[in-house]
Amino acid sequence: MAIAAPPEVPASAPSTSRARKYGADGVTRKWMVTRVVVGILIIVVFLVPYLIMLVGSLKTRSEILAVPPRYLPQDGLQVGNYLTMWSTPETPLPYNFISTVIIAVFATLLVLLVATPAAYYTARFSFPGKWAFLFLVIVTQMLQPAVLTAGLFRQMLVLDLNDTWLAMILINAAFNLSFALWIMHSFFAGIPKEVDEAAQLDGASRLSVLFRINLPLVWPGIVTAIIFTFVASWNEFAASLVIMSTAENQPLSVALTKFIGQYATSWQYVFGLSIVAIVPVIILFALIEKRLIGGLTAGSVK
Amino acid sequence: MSTFEQPPITRIRRARVRNRESFVAALPWIGPVLILIFGVVVFPAAYMIYNSTRRISQAGTNIEGVGFANFSRVLADPNLPRILLNTVVWVTVVVTLTVILSLALASFLNKPFPGRTLVRMAVVVPWAASVVMTTTVFYYGLDRDYGIMNTFLVDIGILDSPYGFTKNVTAALGAAIVVGIFVSIPFTTYTLLAGLQAVPADILEAAKMDGAGRVRTYFLVILPQLRSALAVAVLINVINVFNNLPILRIMTGSIPGYDADTLMTYIFKVLQFDRRLDLASALSVLNFAIVIVIVAAYVKIVKPMKED
Repeated sequence: MAIAAPPEVPASAPSTSRARKYGADGVTRKWMVTRVVVGILIIVVFLVPYLIMLVGSLKTRSEILAVPPRYLPQDGLQVGNYLTMWSTPETPLPYNFISTVIIAVFATLLVLLVATPAAYYTARFSFPGKWAFLFLVIVTQMLQPAVLTAGLFRQMLVLDLNDTWLAMILINAAFNLSFALWIMHSFFAGIPKEVDEAAQLDGASRLSVLFRINLPLVWPGIVTAIIFTFVASWNEFAASLVIMSTAENQPLSVALTKFIGQYATSWQYVFGLSIVAIVPVIILFALIEKRLIGGLTAGSVK
Repeated sequence: MSTFEQPPITRIRRARVRNRESFVAALPWIGPVLILIFGVVVFPAAYMIYNSTRRISQAGTNIEGVGFANFSRVLADPNLPRILLNTVVWVTVVVTLTVILSLALASFLNKPFPGRTLVRMAVVVPWAASVVMTTTVFYYGLDRDYGIMNTFLVDIGILDSPYGFTKNVTAALGAAIVVGIFVSIPFTTYTLLAGLQAVPADILEAAKMDGAGRVRTYFLVILPQLRSALAVAVLINVINVFNNLPILRIMTGSIPGYDADTLMTYIFKVLQFDRRLDLASALSVLNFAIVIVIVAAYVKIVKPMKED
């Protein structure tokens, strides 16, 4: 196959060297440009619905429902929508925001705390009932809170937890822990056992083998689990609708529906709130994205 | 299974560090998971099964036990074959296309190029946004009268005049499938991307040295390494797509009758419009049983968990 031969056309020689400067996999400049173009196309495709949302949030309500529709706002950008939505009569939005953050953050932490040791243990050791355990875990993924709301309400009533953050933290954690456990299990299982055995023979305890030796190697899996749990908890709707009865305690997903009326929907707020709700998730992602790369490759090469 | 045919030396080395444990020894590690599951999930699930065997008035009064009458009634429903067919089409098409597109996207996002972080962030947006909102934007954008996507399709000449995508069964299901794929790709891509990180660089180097081309390397070296991430991604997708309510409820919501319904939207209609918790519970149990059978078969065949 292609052994890196010097290009024969003189004109392309400088560009090749410039491409090598970017590309860790040493492709030509033409390929690198193609990648960037494809990258831009992907950005456009994935952002179009949210650009519609963003533009809609900057229109007046009558503009949003204009026939025929215009792509851009004609009456000036209604930036004020982003200010007025925080003090609308429909819902106490600042409180909804705080509720959502607290529920999503603690549900994610709880999932990591509970699922990581189990994922590690089931990947490393076998014990009677291991497969039953793993299947039980995946069963919780099959039961979506949406079909269980009647029972969840009764249960939280008995536990006296209705309308509390704790109830939603527990519910979100319980229904999302299966993915976290399964994906981390598959990553732990991918680490050669010899890594553990060497450490254990050196006298390290199992917990320190897990935290000091295995965790750094499975970061990509943990990051995926974090994003999955956080996003699912952030956007959970069906159970929150039933469990959270006080307006202040409701998460953004429920608050959003307050703007959707039977006769008049405040689309500018619906779109604006949706944009606001996306931002924290993107920030979280930006903070931990680097962990997605690195991980195993960083550790094993060299 | 070749894994069991270990050469004797490995077996001796394994024996030094105990790998077989008792259930009690496992409890500190798996106990918290069990507590959370039994504490939160078991009761509502049991309650759903209990309700499926009761007669419950539309006002919600639990009247009497009726055995399996609710089940025979929903199974005899003339709409059921069409609903099951829709469900199968919905799950198969969405999951298949999602996985193919995500494999391509993950491989692409794994290559170095300037601006890659931005592309990765853009791909994550449909995941970050709530499915309800994303679907609402599509529904709004595809509206015949004030929809911007419809206007765009007319402006670039694909359509002669705005088309009511959400007004007929085929178009609405098609639009729902597009949205379903769109919102499933980010999660799938990231799971696969994380899996790609686990492919050791030296294996790729070795494949290159051996003169394996790109295509051969991909199918013979990379895909097998991706196996467990792929298996988990497919599994979660099947379950989530099967159980998805908002996309179909919004996209096919304005179609009268049950021609565009899947099991989930049907359950929703029975609960919301007919106010029959008992029948809806029976359908939910049926739904749950189908998912369990699919997942059990999948786990048995694909073995997504590596043995030891």
